[in-house]
Amino acid sequence: MLQYIAQRIYSLVFILLGVSLIVFAMVHFAPGDPIRIMLGDDAEPQEVERLNQLYGFDQPAHIQYTRWLTRAVQGDLGQSIRQRVPVTELITERLGATVELAIASLLVAILIGVPLGVISAVRRNTWVDFGSMIAALVGVSAPNFWIGLILLANVALHVGWIPLFGRGPAFTEAITAAVTQGNFSLLWDSLRYLLLPAITLGTSIMALITRLTRASLLEVLGRDYVRTARAKGLIGWLVVYKHALRNALLPVVTIIGVQFGSLLGGSIVVEAVFAWPGVGRLIINSISQRDLPIVQGSVLMLAAVFALVNLLVDISYSFFNPRIRYA
Amino acid sequence: MSATSVRAAAAATPQEPRARNSTWRKLLRNRNVVVGSVLILLLVLTAAVAPWITPMDPLRQNIWESYTAPQGFFVDGAFNTQYVLGADELGRDLLSRLIMGTRVSLLVALIATAISLAGGVILGAIAGYVGGLVDNVIMRVMDVLLALPGILLAIAIVATFGPSIVNVMLAIAVVRIPAMARVVRSEVLALREEEFVEASRALGISPMRILFRHILLNAWAPALVIATLGMGTAIVAEASLSFLGLGTQPPQISWGRMLSVGREAIRSAPHVTLYPGLAITFTVLGFSLLGDGLRDVFDRRLADT
Repeated sequence: MLQYIAQRIYSLVFILLGVSLIVFAMVHFAPGDPIRIMLGDDAEPQEVERLNQLYGFDQPAHIQYTRWLTRAVQGDLGQSIRQRVPVTELITERLGATVELAIASLLVAILIGVPLGVISAVRRNTWVDFGSMIAALVGVSAPNFWIGLILLANVALHVGWIPLFGRGPAFTEAITAAVTQGNFSLLWDSLRYLLLPAITLGTSIMALITRLTRASLLEVLGRDYVRTARAKGLIGWLVVYKHALRNALLPVVTIIGVQFGSLLGGSIVVEAVFAWPGVGRLIINSISQRDLPIVQGSVLMLAAVFALVNLLVDISYSFFNPRIRYA
Repeated sequence: MSATSVRAAAAATPQEPRARNSTWRKLLRNRNVVVGSVLILLLVLTAAVAPWITPMDPLRQNIWESYTAPQGFFVDGAFNTQYVLGADELGRDLLSRLIMGTRVSLLVALIATAISLAGGVILGAIAGYVGGLVDNVIMRVMDVLLALPGILLAIAIVATFGPSIVNVMLAIAVVRIPAMARVVRSEVLALREEEFVEASRALGISPMRILFRHILLNAWAPALVIATLGMGTAIVAEASLSFLGLGTQPPQISWGRMLSVGREAIRSAPHVTLYPGLAITFTVLGFSLLGDGLRDVFDRRLADT
């Protein structure tokens, strides 16, 4: 087990090094001189020269890379060109919002997707089954930002307490306030802002979970031990919930782990729809302002979070299912 | 198994034409393949004849008709071609723009998928066939590309080289290459040990010829499945990039861009966002149905990808 974890961390370091190379090359080869963007077109040549030296842009690429990487692993991702603040500060402010949105949408997807899949499997070939399967098919195919727009037009505009865009108080703060001070208004505020973005981002995974739960449960329900349980005279729902579902959910848990990363990517677009102040919005805004250090840092940070999540998911599988370790 | 059916099976297998016939029959009997193919054929047909079937000029602006509501095909009992699905912010006909947009969406997805197919097949085949250090280097680079969420990688590439239709295609292709390379590599690894490959080697056929003529010809089915499913991903990716303002640029008509414009008028003109999204959904649906169906027919092992 320890050997497996060590091996995984070793390859993780290697992969992140690769990502850092891509991210560095991205900024290094991008057209446009960052100092010019910073100072404007009518800057003095001496001033440009001075800043180039200050930021090390006059050095060869490999020296710039090692310098940038050394600082990056120490948590210093450089300065924003436009806002003149540390990039790390800007990202950490927004990373919480992105992760909050991703976790919320995963919860929505599980809470709706699993029961829907179970009902479809148990009531196989009824209109409930057909309805949820068609819904799942559309959910997988529709781009999530379009679903967000449809929700805005048809829900947010008609339900007064659902806001059109933005984010309420951070959920962690809101829940702390609710538990320690009994102040539930913050929690309510946090949740009503979170609702539509979370549904939007969660739709495609919800659809995947529904389909997978149904298929997996149908397969398990056909097994011998389920028939034995039925033959013993156990009540139908008891067989489904106590015997079948537990085994049927294994592949569902796997897909949840695999898909969490895609939520981080999908959040970039959903954040644009709802003006959610996360890393994705930061990236898009910084691209349009050509503030490349922020783009560089955010991409690196998201890749690190993505890789870390995948690592944790893999380790927890191998913990629960020892066969994976030897694969 | 009864004696007659064994004999029937033995009689059926060695004959090549009949085996091919049964593949066709399996394809035609698969509901996903049929529905998906029909959807895609309709779209391809629309794209092919797009300039001749648009009811209005998709680029003509008419500020007085800005955000006109959908009129439908019949107005006062007469057949109508004016603003059937309404107009956008500049008074351009939505239906005509949707029809023309089919071309851009399909073209971007097709070229991006073709590039990723070529790149993934070449890289995967070399990695699987040569093995050793070459395999290691290629697959580790693929791991690095997979370490970024797809859309983030595409955004990063487009942000570096600037938003244009060519860069969008390249970005989507790069994102899709690792998945393709992995599938082809594992297929080649399995086929490399087959007897017919050994026989070719014994006959003195050059390794490159064995790889490209003999092995890859047997590995096309999984690659085709991944490519078909990839078309859907590519269409969503193009729409997402265009929605973020990083995709195709005007005057090219893109469904994703139509959506981003519609976002601003979500209160007064929700129809502007409704139809482009439906178009994307149907297109993606077509490709995922076809991809799923092909997978069922050709290869059950791919079920998890």
